[in-house]
Amino acid sequence: MEMFVDMVLMGLLGITAIAIVFTRHLFTATMLSGAYSLTCAALFVKLDAVDVALTEAAIGAGISTVLLLGTLTLTRRREKAHKGFSWPPFVVVAVTGALLLYGTVDMPAFGDPNSPGMLHVVPEYIAGTRDDIQIPNIVTAILASYRGFDTLGEAVVIFTALIGVLLMIGRRRPDDEESGTRRPERRP
Amino acid sequence: MRHHLVLRVVSKLLIPFIILYGLYVQFHGDFSPGGGFQAGALVAAAIILYALIFGVDRARRVFNPAVLTVMAAAGVLLFALVGYAAFIGGGNYLDYDYLLPNDTTGQHVGIITVEFGVGLTVTAVMALVFFAYAGRTDEIDDEDW
Repeated sequence: MEMFVDMVLMGLLGITAIAIVFTRHLFTATMLSGAYSLTCAALFVKLDAVDVALTEAAIGAGISTVLLLGTLTLTRRREKAHKGFSWPPFVVVAVTGALLLYGTVDMPAFGDPNSPGMLHVVPEYIAGTRDDIQIPNIVTAILASYRGFDTLGEAVVIFTALIGVLLMIGRRRPDDEESGTRRPERRP
Repeated sequence: MRHHLVLRVVSKLLIPFIILYGLYVQFHGDFSPGGGFQAGALVAAAIILYALIFGVDRARRVFNPAVLTVMAAAGVLLFALVGYAAFIGGGNYLDYDYLLPNDTTGQHVGIITVEFGVGLTVTAVMALVFFAYAGRTDEIDDEDW
């Protein structure tokens, strides 16, 4: 049964990704990327990463879709049509993909307690969360306490991104009305 | 989207519950999946839903961008100040053990406070970025899509 759920979700991901690549209509691509994120969130729940799934559903499927739609209102609705087929990008993608697949052969099995990643600091964090911090959610303990510096850095990055966005497009100046942004032309 | 009666009624019902769930994810993050980042994204999603249904101008009046800007800065500042507060007890930066006489209680207080800071920042940043994008164009008719 688990295998079946995995296969359905992975299949949906693949189909959505291919559809995003092939569509020329940017509105469709945006909606499909939202669907892709939602499928990803379901997959994360399946992998017991509920914290990540929550974020993926709210940010990936919700807010970034809305932001992409906001961007779409400032630009065209259709991708320019490409003529012909160019080999170099195809070769680069094919070789990278093959190398990544080759790399997965050496990966430890999913959830293997003896994999190197599980043996380094993880036992210390698990024991520390149980004995010292004493909260049930180890993810929160690592995020906010053991890796507090990193999380502070993340908060600063988000804040800096806001400053950048506000500086670039935060204020609507009168001369924008004449030159820069305008209503996108209607399609017949 | 003034004429979408169903969307308006449903979202009016949903928005309070989304915000309530955001608060639950925020303050229950120690015990169940969640934390500041997820909670902030949820509350911001509620704000964006409100703006989508009732218009950006009305959303700007309800969620004042000036207040949101202060919130974004205050969240990061709160996080950084908790780090400094550990100095007073004699610890290193962000070492919550030294916030209170009892190590474990100190950890709890520290984690909840910094998560609250992250939640404030994420909510405000997401909402403000959306307002910045949405403020660039006039209202779009449904036919324009």
